[in-house]
Amino acid sequence: MRIFLNDDAHDVEPGTLAAALEALGYGGRKIATAVNGRFVAAPARPATALTDGDRVEVVAPMQGG
Amino acid sequence: MSFYGVELKSRLLLGTSRYPSPAILAEAIKASAAEVVTVSLRRESGSDRAGQSFWSLVRALGVRVLPNTAGCHSVKEAVTTAHMARELFDTKWIKLEVIGESDTLQPDVFGLVEAARILSEDGFEVFPYTTEDLVVADRLVEAGCRVLMPWGAPIGSARGLNNVYGLKSLRAHFPGIPLVVDAGLGVPSHAAAAMELGYDAVLLNTAVAEAGDPVAMARAFALAVEAGRTAYLAQPLEPRDMAAPSTPVIGKAALGD
Repeated sequence: MRIFLNDDAHDVEPGTLAAALEALGYGGRKIATAVNGRFVAAPARPATALTDGDRVEVVAPMQGG
Repeated sequence: MSFYGVELKSRLLLGTSRYPSPAILAEAIKASAAEVVTVSLRRESGSDRAGQSFWSLVRALGVRVLPNTAGCHSVKEAVTTAHMARELFDTKWIKLEVIGESDTLQPDVFGLVEAARILSEDGFEVFPYTTEDLVVADRLVEAGCRVLMPWGAPIGSARGLNNVYGLKSLRAHFPGIPLVVDAGLGVPSHAAAAMELGYDAVLLNTAVAEAGDPVAMARAFALAVEAGRTAYLAQPLEPRDMAAPSTPVIGKAALGD
């Protein structure tokens, strides 16, 4: 299954958002997520199934004004 | 001074962007004595740790964070970003930016009011980055905002207070709402001027971060904010058109012809 994470294409096993994040190196990280433009809270990631073509956004803290 | 029930001693809020190094950022925050710093959130790849190390640095400083929705041009983007920020930074505070115009980074005040209402109803404590427009300010308060942050001038422009009359009007119309001049300040005298108008605080970033010596400039702004606030409480003299001798004329020796 192909998903787009921060616009980059990744081939991942069909499964949940939590599983995809773990597989792509985000395990244990301080991040926030959205799928197809909708916020997905951390507790909801294990129950959020991804489908082919989904667009996932992963953000982290950054400097800001 | 308090924002949404949180008491603060420092009236200077500082941004964390554009510093020459993380070490200088940390030193500048300490020199400013700011208790609130603004932060943001951006995409991070699985191999990149920049966000994680930045967060460790901010946490070590023990300051309160005010996340922003910088770069958002729509209500939907801003609201989703706010939700991500609330989870990431574990705070209800959000500096709400909905940008309407790219050259001036002027707020889209229509989108701002709409997003402020959605977020306030969802339990956020919204700090709207707005203009000095009184009617917009009224709508923001109606939407649930209990702090207003009008711009001094466009973000990063260092122009100071572009519309002193408008800022004074806003202060007069909202005596009970904490008002923060956010953006456009270039030098400490701009900050002092905002405080002399009775503003509760100022928020700035670039003027410190891009100074030749950011740490010294942070200290200079802190002093200016304190001076301006003290001057406001001391009730400044109103400007007058004609001279008024400061030295008493009565009793002056008659030495003329």
